[in-house]
Amino acid sequence: MKRFLIPLGIFIVLVGFLAVGLRLDPREVPSPLIGKPAPDFSLALLSDPGKQLSPADLRGKVWLFNVWASWCASCRQEHEVLLELSRQGIVPIYGMDYKDQPAAAQSVLTRFGNPYVETVVDLDGRAGINYGVYGVPETYLIDKNGIIRYKHTGPVSPGVLSSKILPLVKELQK
Amino acid sequence: MRPWMIMLALWLPLTAMANEAKPVAADPVLEQRMIGLSENLRCLVCQNESLAGSRAELAQDLRQEIREQMSAGKSDKEVVDYLTQRYGDFVLYKPPVKPITWLLWFGPFALLIGAAGSLYAYIKRRGNRLADESLSKEEKKRVEALLANNGNEL
Amino acid sequence: MIPELGHMALILALLLAFIQGILPLVGAARNNQVLVSVAKPAARAQFIFVAIAFGCLAYSFLTNDFSVLNVTRNSHSRLPEIYRFTATWGSHEGSMLLWTLILGLWTLAVTVFSRHLPDDMVARVVSVMGLVSFGFLLFMLATSNPFLRMPMAMDGSDLNPLLQDPGMVVHPPILYMGYVGFSVAFAFAIAALLSGKLDASWARWSRPWTTAAWSFLTVGIMMGSWWAYYELGWGGWWFWDPVENASLMPWLVGTALIHSLAVTEKRGSFKAWTVFLAIGAFSLSLLGTFLVRSGVLSSVHAFATDPTRGLFILIFLLVVIGGSLLLFAFRASQVGLGGRFALVSRESFLMVNNILLLTATGAVLLGTLYPLFLDALGLGKISVGPPYFNTVFVPLVAPLIFLSGIGPLARWKQVNVPELAARLKWGFGASVLVALLLPFTLGEWKPTVSLGYLLSLWIVVTVAIGVRARMRTGAGWSANFYGMNLAHLGVAVTVIGVTMVSAYQTERNVRMEVGDTVTVKDYSFRFEGVKDVNGPNYSGSRGTLEVSRNGKPVATLHPEKRIYAASGMPFTESAIDYGLTRDLYTALGESLDGGAWSVRVFHKPFVVWIWMGAVLMALGGLLAITDRRYRASRKKERAGA
Repeated sequence: MKRFLIPLGIFIVLVGFLAVGLRLDPREVPSPLIGKPAPDFSLALLSDPGKQLSPADLRGKVWLFNVWASWCASCRQEHEVLLELSRQGIVPIYGMDYKDQPAAAQSVLTRFGNPYVETVVDLDGRAGINYGVYGVPETYLIDKNGIIRYKHTGPVSPGVLSSKILPLVKELQK
Repeated sequence: MRPWMIMLALWLPLTAMANEAKPVAADPVLEQRMIGLSENLRCLVCQNESLAGSRAELAQDLRQEIREQMSAGKSDKEVVDYLTQRYGDFVLYKPPVKPITWLLWFGPFALLIGAAGSLYAYIKRRGNRLADESLSKEEKKRVEALLANNGNEL
Repeated sequence: MIPELGHMALILALLLAFIQGILPLVGAARNNQVLVSVAKPAARAQFIFVAIAFGCLAYSFLTNDFSVLNVTRNSHSRLPEIYRFTATWGSHEGSMLLWTLILGLWTLAVTVFSRHLPDDMVARVVSVMGLVSFGFLLFMLATSNPFLRMPMAMDGSDLNPLLQDPGMVVHPPILYMGYVGFSVAFAFAIAALLSGKLDASWARWSRPWTTAAWSFLTVGIMMGSWWAYYELGWGGWWFWDPVENASLMPWLVGTALIHSLAVTEKRGSFKAWTVFLAIGAFSLSLLGTFLVRSGVLSSVHAFATDPTRGLFILIFLLVVIGGSLLLFAFRASQVGLGGRFALVSRESFLMVNNILLLTATGAVLLGTLYPLFLDALGLGKISVGPPYFNTVFVPLVAPLIFLSGIGPLARWKQVNVPELAARLKWGFGASVLVALLLPFTLGEWKPTVSLGYLLSLWIVVTVAIGVRARMRTGAGWSANFYGMNLAHLGVAVTVIGVTMVSAYQTERNVRMEVGDTVTVKDYSFRFEGVKDVNGPNYSGSRGTLEVSRNGKPVATLHPEKRIYAASGMPFTESAIDYGLTRDLYTALGESLDGGAWSVRVFHKPFVVWIWMGAVLMALGGLLAITDRRYRASRKKERAGA
């Protein structure tokens, strides 16, 4: 009888979804800001607390926005990758030190190298909330018009860099 | 009685009275509202906890943000919109009713209607005629008696 | 040495499970008595070896053998002995071993309590269970070996503080007794499909096993809820967390199954339904095992594990459930139809019962997996939480509870509707009236409260009507009948608990200095300060709250804030004054300036009724199992055979 096959049919479909689900991360939060203007901020620089930076200053450039902190262990993982990228000079990297002690952040950059053109300081995490930051490190790719085009959550690996970020950078820089 | 004795007599009982503890929140009514809203929001850094109860730092920051927005007069909807603009629908424990969630919201009800309908049709098809036309009157009485006795036997 | 022994025992168990799973099935199909008789000895031997393996792992934990990876990851030398023992099942690997042990235990029970069953039926049942055992043992040996060694560590990483609790001693074993117990009903169903024999006596055989598993699962879920209540958060008792849902779904289907079995036994109807539900209940147990360990869902309860293991379990699911459903598709039409029944009859009430329970299960499954569906299709990420489940589940379950009052009073085959309505109208009217008026006496009227009262009162009234009617006929004791009514009363008790605590809970979150009081309802809580405290593997602060009511002392409560030495994890231990009509729930918040602390105090009315009701349900089930018919049949069978 055909109707007795229905449970089996539903089950096979279910297994299909579960199989796909094995490759997904249930805790990853995709960003609703893709394709939207980068939220505005006006934050002090780590290098010179008297000066400020905001995304408007960077109009006309394609740039990477990397949210990090000295207390974040996974940020160290991507540090080398970012340093290498900054040496290649393909795209400027701006950092945001999230909910951190400026002194601690500065010592990290001094010890391990500074891949950032500039780093802004977000002491209370407000700017981070505006960018939908939930777990550092997070990296945003912003185009010449100040629109967020891509977001990566977690440490940037060479693989992600070469397959996702750099091709998009090249396209946006045309 | 000397004035100072009167003062002492009045003051002593006051010290014996325990102080009624004050709420932790500066504005308890606002706090209630904030907690009520946060209970239906997801803590983004936790393993499935609500924003209301989580002790994670981001959760504390977001609760503070909600408090401030509510103090500034924002409505619940505006606060929720603020969060979904930044974190997407993932932050809502109550999924919004959109075409992609119609199956979720209306599925169970549709399933119930469908199943009830099939059941009705099925029973009707099987027929609800009892085969008791062939029993005599006495037999019918015996059947009734038996059914009455064992009618609530499971 | 001991861990290697355990490992060897698992390998031997695997081989025995293979024999147990294949030979008797072949024997039953080919009428080969020699192969059929392999079933019981193979099953018993397999159990012994799994038990040896379990013993070896427990021994390693109790003796602090930090050369075993599992022990190092989940234990600590200063962990109290009882928790070192429970840490045996505190990890993914250990809990898999517990699962397999309990499966072996149920199989052993089947081999012992089945003298009245035909040999080929027992052989098939034991074989099917053996195949499941084989799958789990293979899974353990291939991906989740609890006996892996490592270079001897100085000490372990400690058991998660949340698990260092008496709840850990009872909740997992009892829960697993339930989950795994449905494998018996499953095996009976498969045996019936394979043999083509599905009649009332089959139903009578499988009922006690199914009801027993259901009772265990009821208690297991209840314990999980109670444990979460006093351990996590602020005294919530159900969070619609994916792992909780994974235990609720088999329970819902299991409930449908025990009712469906009753119809099959009594009237020979619902055979295909019963077989389907038996496959469904165990399938949901297995699905739950997958969901909790594969990493596809995010949950506080989930084991930290990897997708490779998830893939293995998924393939196992495909084979077991897919195979069973395929067998069902081909053989279900041959099991035959039962007696006729009218549109309004006890059968149709139970059919509606099946449909409502299955729809509720479907809703829970849909809600739990929907985020995964959308994500897999690239349609974005959403969360489905309590607001969804409460909105959808309650309207499905409310009519179900209402009908459970009428069902037992309905006649088989055909209900005389006017007569039934006449019997029930006064009870219904009284219930509605009390339900509408009672909330006013408690302060606030809320429609949900009246609904809750209506449902519970209705059950009490209909149980009373049914019991009185039975006593009038002088029919005597029936464990089955009284067990059913007890279980239904349990539902009423739980509904009252849920209704009261949801509607009338009061909370205060206050800043307290020594001597301050906070008043909730007519209870006064006076803060007497906080002292430093040291436990076997933790240190922390212990608060004292003196509770009084109308000047008379009620209790002294000591909520604590602890830091566990090994992990450095901070932890809040609530202090509760339990009571039949209310719980007083207290917890320390943060240390504030000036020696003050933030303290949370709750008045939770009737909350224990939630769990008391569940216990009554389980007792009702266990009472029903003692019914004479399950024992009398044995003698009849022997006489007849």
